[in-house]
Amino acid sequence: MSNADTHGDTKPTAFAQAMLDLRESAVLSGTEKRNLAICAIVAALWALLPLFSTGYILSLGISITIFAGLATSWTLFSGPTNYISLATAAFFGIGMYTVAGGVNLLPYPVLILIAAVAGALFAALIGLATLRISGVYFVIFSLGLAELVRQVVSWGQHVMGTSSGLYVLVDRSDSVFFWQLLVFTLVVFLVSWWIGRSRLGFALRIIGNDEVVAVHCGINTARAKVTLFIISSTFAAIAGALVAPRWSYVEPTLAFSPFLSFQVVIMSLLGGVHRLWGPLVGVIPFTIMWEFISAKFPSQTTLLLGVAFLLIVYFIPHGFVGLIEDFSRRRSGIWAALRSKWQAKGGGHE
Amino acid sequence: MDIIIIGLLLGGTYALMAMGLQLQYGVARIMNLANGEMLVAGAFGTFWFYSATKFSPLISLAVIVPLAFAANWAIYRVLITPLVRRAKSQGQLEVDSILATFGLSFIFVGGLLALFGGDYLSYSYLARPIFILGQPYGLNRVTAFIGALALCAGLYIWLHKTRAGLALRAVAVSPSAAGLVSINVPRASALAFALGGAVTAAGGSLLSIFLTFDASLGVVFTLKALVIVIMGGVSDIRGAIVAAFILGLAETIVASLVDPGLTLAAAYVLFIVILLIKPEGLFGRRSS
Amino acid sequence: MNSPSAALTIGGVTKRFGGLVAVNNISFTLPANKVLGLIGPNGSGKTTMINLISGALKPSAGAIHLHGDSISDRSASEIATLGLSRTFQIVRMLPGLTVLENVQAGGVFGHRRMWGTELREHSRALLQKVGLQGVDDTVVSALTYIDQKRVELARALVADPKVLLLDEWLAGLNPTELKTGIALIEQLRTEGRTIMIVEHVMDAIRSLCDTCVVMNSGAKIAEGTPREVLSDAEVIRAYLGDIDA
Repeated sequence: MSNADTHGDTKPTAFAQAMLDLRESAVLSGTEKRNLAICAIVAALWALLPLFSTGYILSLGISITIFAGLATSWTLFSGPTNYISLATAAFFGIGMYTVAGGVNLLPYPVLILIAAVAGALFAALIGLATLRISGVYFVIFSLGLAELVRQVVSWGQHVMGTSSGLYVLVDRSDSVFFWQLLVFTLVVFLVSWWIGRSRLGFALRIIGNDEVVAVHCGINTARAKVTLFIISSTFAAIAGALVAPRWSYVEPTLAFSPFLSFQVVIMSLLGGVHRLWGPLVGVIPFTIMWEFISAKFPSQTTLLLGVAFLLIVYFIPHGFVGLIEDFSRRRSGIWAALRSKWQAKGGGHE
Repeated sequence: MDIIIIGLLLGGTYALMAMGLQLQYGVARIMNLANGEMLVAGAFGTFWFYSATKFSPLISLAVIVPLAFAANWAIYRVLITPLVRRAKSQGQLEVDSILATFGLSFIFVGGLLALFGGDYLSYSYLARPIFILGQPYGLNRVTAFIGALALCAGLYIWLHKTRAGLALRAVAVSPSAAGLVSINVPRASALAFALGGAVTAAGGSLLSIFLTFDASLGVVFTLKALVIVIMGGVSDIRGAIVAAFILGLAETIVASLVDPGLTLAAAYVLFIVILLIKPEGLFGRRSS
Repeated sequence: MNSPSAALTIGGVTKRFGGLVAVNNISFTLPANKVLGLIGPNGSGKTTMINLISGALKPSAGAIHLHGDSISDRSASEIATLGLSRTFQIVRMLPGLTVLENVQAGGVFGHRRMWGTELREHSRALLQKVGLQGVDDTVVSALTYIDQKRVELARALVADPKVLLLDEWLAGLNPTELKTGIALIEQLRTEGRTIMIVEHVMDAIRSLCDTCVVMNSGAKIAEGTPREVLSDAEVIRAYLGDIDA
């Protein structure tokens, strides 16, 4: 071909392109190195938790860790795109059921892998069917998804004649369990961070702002959305697989409880969905508060969760991150105003 | 044959429920994820009314419809209006209203749990057979069907023959253009939202004559109503009615031939088929 | 038909919406390094034409080629990667992103794929070129209308497109801004860019375009230099109506 001198006519293959993209995002800036270091220190300190406490505090720590992972992976897709997924429980339940159904047949690590693959495949199917069209359809689809999978699983158990409850007995101490979840959550964080600074992450932000512009910028929007949805859902499925042994008894109504989807959304919103650390800021206070509320008012949890949700949507729509950033902006604004006033005064004296 | 008739009878009540959601989404532009909970509330209200007074559940409509209308008017004024005001774009309003009504649905469920507990509630009314084409059907199903049909017809006539109905249809086509011809759009939206809620609650009332309810069922009905509205096209009442009958039939077929626990799967299968083949709805035209 | 110098070839393109024929059997060629003006009264199908070329709509019949590649059956994102950029009739900003990020958006997956420092520097340079300095990190909503239009132009240019489509890019500007705008496009023209503009501002058409295509009610009614078409009797009738009416 003689026109190889113009731009873009010699396109590298998709694989080579992906490798190039990988290499160009491997260069870290100074701030990024610093943030990674801080992140590593916090994680290391958090990992010491089981050495100091057991029982109640450790189980609270476990809840925080798992929700941090779930909320961060939810935000990975729903944050930049504004496509609100209400289906976390569906994928979480799939992971859990994979482990529950196969625990007597296959080794546990293999089951986690299978759970991840099952979650990814299911997400791919749903993504391909719903994400090519407008966002509302996706939200609606995700709304009843957990209930749908629950019905199908119950039916399957009914047809095969197995009992609806399954026991998952894997020998793990609480500490090992905690560290396992911590590793999971760290992986979610690193992947989210890496995607957030990659082309794909930027593409997703463009899509969230204006899908028409995104298309005309050359972004294959369907592929970007489906990819991210698959990654996010796979994490939810892995989380379910990891949590299954802790519950030890799994049944459809528990595994596919819509409550979980709801909690993940509310925690992410409370923290703020436009920063990587946003969900974490929401997860910690909410989990602790929720522990308190569900102990104090066990029969009113649904009602109170709904109230908390409305309060967040109406009064802190941009989450804690929004509040913090507003505050620091206002503070720097005040400083700037004071400084210019000061200078104006100084100028007046001369 | 009896599958078809049972399916049609169910479809009639579904049509009413879907018209409620259509008013809320098509006119007021609020994707109300608490719609199914309003339906369950209507069903519970009728249950309570019937247990307390022993009057016909149809009479309970006279109480439930105005109550639901008032409640939904209040919800629109107190909860939705601030969102409409602060939204910078239609997309922002969509996200906000989805989140708000999703939270609201949990408040409804919590409230219903607190008032009625978590048990399945049902009552027996007109549980006698009626013979259609030589086959016996529950008289309660037929009653609910006729009631739903009467309400649907009334609503249709109201929308097409009155000034207020015309205003609502105008807002459904274009809120900005409707505003230009001096239709009070916020008022019309509130009216549509309240009316939609009332119609949905009436649908719940009628369904409760032959179905068993518990507090957590709302989400299933929300989804069914949404599937009907999407299938029928957002702004087309005739489409919604046809779609309601299709869903009623599909559900009855699945329930009687496969398993009664899989009715939601029927709705989802229809949903996927529509998304893949005709995302603009049965009677919708592909827009540019 | 596809002569080597033809950047964009439109061959017998028709678009129907139900019974309405918005674009009726239109053919024309945009030579490389030239500026073509697409004009016509409101509702004559110009924006539909732009949407057909950029892939936002699919033609009902006919073919569109970009440097010999058929693009009429490709998706809008593929067409963009092949080297066709556009602006929008009503400016479309990405409100959640900064000015610089708005420009960068055009280069991430565009015709010329860039990332990191290369993309940042290139985007900055383009912002300067369109006359925007020191606003890189501002939110776009703080910009004036013409500045937003500048951002949109920079975004369209960042991927180094083979063909640039400007859909009424000069509309809504005041007379001073208009002069600046025309000068900006003039500068692109002297650089040798291939541009197709849809415009109502006749001054711009006269001073910028090498050739003009005139549409009315979906059909092409004239083609030629701006001077020729603007004195064409049928064109005058399309704009002003029959003299004796």
